[in-house]
Amino acid sequence: MSALHIKKGASKHSAYNLRPTFSDVNERHTLALLVENEPGVLARVIGLFSGRGYNIESLTVAEVDHTGHLSRITIVTTGTPQVIEQIKAQLGRIVPVHEVHDLTVEGSSVERELAMLKVVGDGDKRVEALRLADIFRANVVDSTLGSFVFEITGAPEKIDAFADLMRPLGLAEVARTGVAALLRGE
Amino acid sequence: MLVQALKDQGVDTVFGYPGGAVLPIYDEVFQQNDIKHVLVRHEQGAVHAAEGYARSTGRPGVVLVTSGPGATNAVTGLTDALMDSIPIVVFTGQVPTFMIGSDAFQEADTVGITRPCTKHNWLVKDTDKLSGVIHEAFHVATSGRPGPVLVDIPKDVQFATGTYTKPAPTASHYQPRMKGDIEEITELVAAMEKAKRPVFYTGGGVINSGPAASQLLRELVDATGFPITSTLMGLGSYPASGKNWLGMLGMHGLYEANLAMHDCDLLINIGARFDDRITGRIDAFSPKSIKAHIDIDPSSINKVIKTDIPIVGDVAHVLEDLLKIWKARGRKTNVESVAKWHMKINEWRKVDCLAYTDSKKSIKPQHAVARLEALTKGHDRYICTEVGQHQMWAAQYLGFEDPNRWMTSGGLGTMGYGFPASIGVQMAHPDALVINVAGEASWLMNMQEMGTAVQYRLPVKQFILNNERLGMVRQWQELLHGERYSHSWSEALPDFVKLAEAFGAKGILCSDPADLDDAIMEMINHDGPVIFDCLVEKHENCFPMIPSGKAHNEMLLGEAETQGVIDAKGSVLV
Repeated sequence: MSALHIKKGASKHSAYNLRPTFSDVNERHTLALLVENEPGVLARVIGLFSGRGYNIESLTVAEVDHTGHLSRITIVTTGTPQVIEQIKAQLGRIVPVHEVHDLTVEGSSVERELAMLKVVGDGDKRVEALRLADIFRANVVDSTLGSFVFEITGAPEKIDAFADLMRPLGLAEVARTGVAALLRGE
Repeated sequence: MLVQALKDQGVDTVFGYPGGAVLPIYDEVFQQNDIKHVLVRHEQGAVHAAEGYARSTGRPGVVLVTSGPGATNAVTGLTDALMDSIPIVVFTGQVPTFMIGSDAFQEADTVGITRPCTKHNWLVKDTDKLSGVIHEAFHVATSGRPGPVLVDIPKDVQFATGTYTKPAPTASHYQPRMKGDIEEITELVAAMEKAKRPVFYTGGGVINSGPAASQLLRELVDATGFPITSTLMGLGSYPASGKNWLGMLGMHGLYEANLAMHDCDLLINIGARFDDRITGRIDAFSPKSIKAHIDIDPSSINKVIKTDIPIVGDVAHVLEDLLKIWKARGRKTNVESVAKWHMKINEWRKVDCLAYTDSKKSIKPQHAVARLEALTKGHDRYICTEVGQHQMWAAQYLGFEDPNRWMTSGGLGTMGYGFPASIGVQMAHPDALVINVAGEASWLMNMQEMGTAVQYRLPVKQFILNNERLGMVRQWQELLHGERYSHSWSEALPDFVKLAEAFGAKGILCSDPADLDDAIMEMINHDGPVIFDCLVEKHENCFPMIPSGKAHNEMLLGEAETQGVIDAKGSVLV
């Protein structure tokens, strides 16, 4: 495996193989954190990114283990390999952060995002919107005589593409959840 | 309950200041005799005093302050402790839980404000959880890379009764890795066997790791014969009298230390973090060397400088394994080349970079520190400093033989640190000679602590190098800003002797080099706090110096070389 990457399953207490193979090219990484579900933990994570000048492209958080009191935070970030390594190491220092996983390097993963789009229009545009929604397997979750609200799930790129198509057809509002991601396989 | 938890954690001293939101705790403090409470005069002083206590003992310092302004005044100290990795535990009072968020009197979002300046913090809303959180707080502050933590306790939680739990070290999920990776350590040993021009570069991590780490370091350095330099934070882990000692490195470090860093072929970083005061220009930093880095914090590795041999672990544990492996492989070093390397270093040493032009008319600050060193050398001595030129002169001209004897604000560079820190040190070591080498401007930032020193009869010696200037600011203005000395001198300084007397302490004024020795002896021999007002040469600059944006081999040695040395790119750096 690439020397720069933390081993699969590595948590903050065994961050080995830190050999540098730095390049200046920005990479997009999806990080998954298991954190203690306590007040302020999200503020610690976000404060780290703003305080040290890192990027957040998307962030989702929810409790995933009620008995274990754990939440999962999925962060999509961009940076040079050195910055990505720093982000992971800095996240690992936060006391209530139990595990840091870099899904982009630990193996192939599935990424999904849910979005709702309100499209306002009538006549041909309305028909075309409905037809495209069908192609993208988006569901209509609300409808009036002059509008639709579509629900679409998929990789972020698919949602981008759908939104681009809806724009000339009267796209009025978009709400996106941000990326949730899991490693494939066992 | 808090007092019981502190006792169970082995706390003997608390630095604090009461207020409305901590009265129930102070009531408990009043009704016991096991824990001493030191009433400071400002909450910032409490935190710095706790830092001084922690750094001179290796045990966590404890602070107790009230809500709102009590907590916000502690922020500078918390940030200072975070930057220098000092274990302290701060307890703050908070308005009652049912008033949180209502902008109540003396309410502040303490955990919000202190989140970026603590290692971790807690707001305890349930009395049953209080003791567990306190034990966890001590665990987090002292394990892994140490740091400050804060526990915010609302007043109703203080009044309520709850169940107490004893400390249990395994209860926490926070268990940083101590042992280094054996493969990496073996690789470092192999590099050490081959190295022609090796150098050890040690930092505060050696001291934080405990006395065993310093012992092992000494054994390793003496057995291999490799030269060793240290950061400001690491002074004392290897004795200044040791034969392989190069002196401090960095911006105001010694010529031989910085050139050794620049020319070495194996750089072994032990518990230091490649701070910008150390590296100078990153792309010209130690260009020819293989770099090994031993650090307990994985985020320190590759943060600034690319590391070839990264070892994550506690310094003492790693050095123990390193020594074992090196011995088992036959104690090999490249003896001939290392001897040549020492000859090269001795040539650099002959430059005598700390030489200064002495004067019979005025006291040179370097001379004052050198005399202080000569006259206090044999004593059971602890040194604190403020921040500025005097701090660098103290680091250059004082010799430290043991760890935990040198308390200075490194990372944050907090003016006003040294005086309260000296109070904390003296509380921990009542019979020792505790000296704060200060500048008059820094010292005035926390001068109110004279009240504390006198109240608790702490014989701290305030050795003030008084140049009536913000010396380091003045030096930079001379080098960088066309000698326009914008607001870097004080036109209204107090009479320090009278000031001492006003507090009920002793003041000594010295302005003649001929009187200096006697005056210092008078200070040492006085049983009580002393303010020593040492009037020194006003325009002395601190050399050697690596200007901002320059490399180690571009250092300035004296006055003649200072014109126009910092270019536009370097001048934006601090």
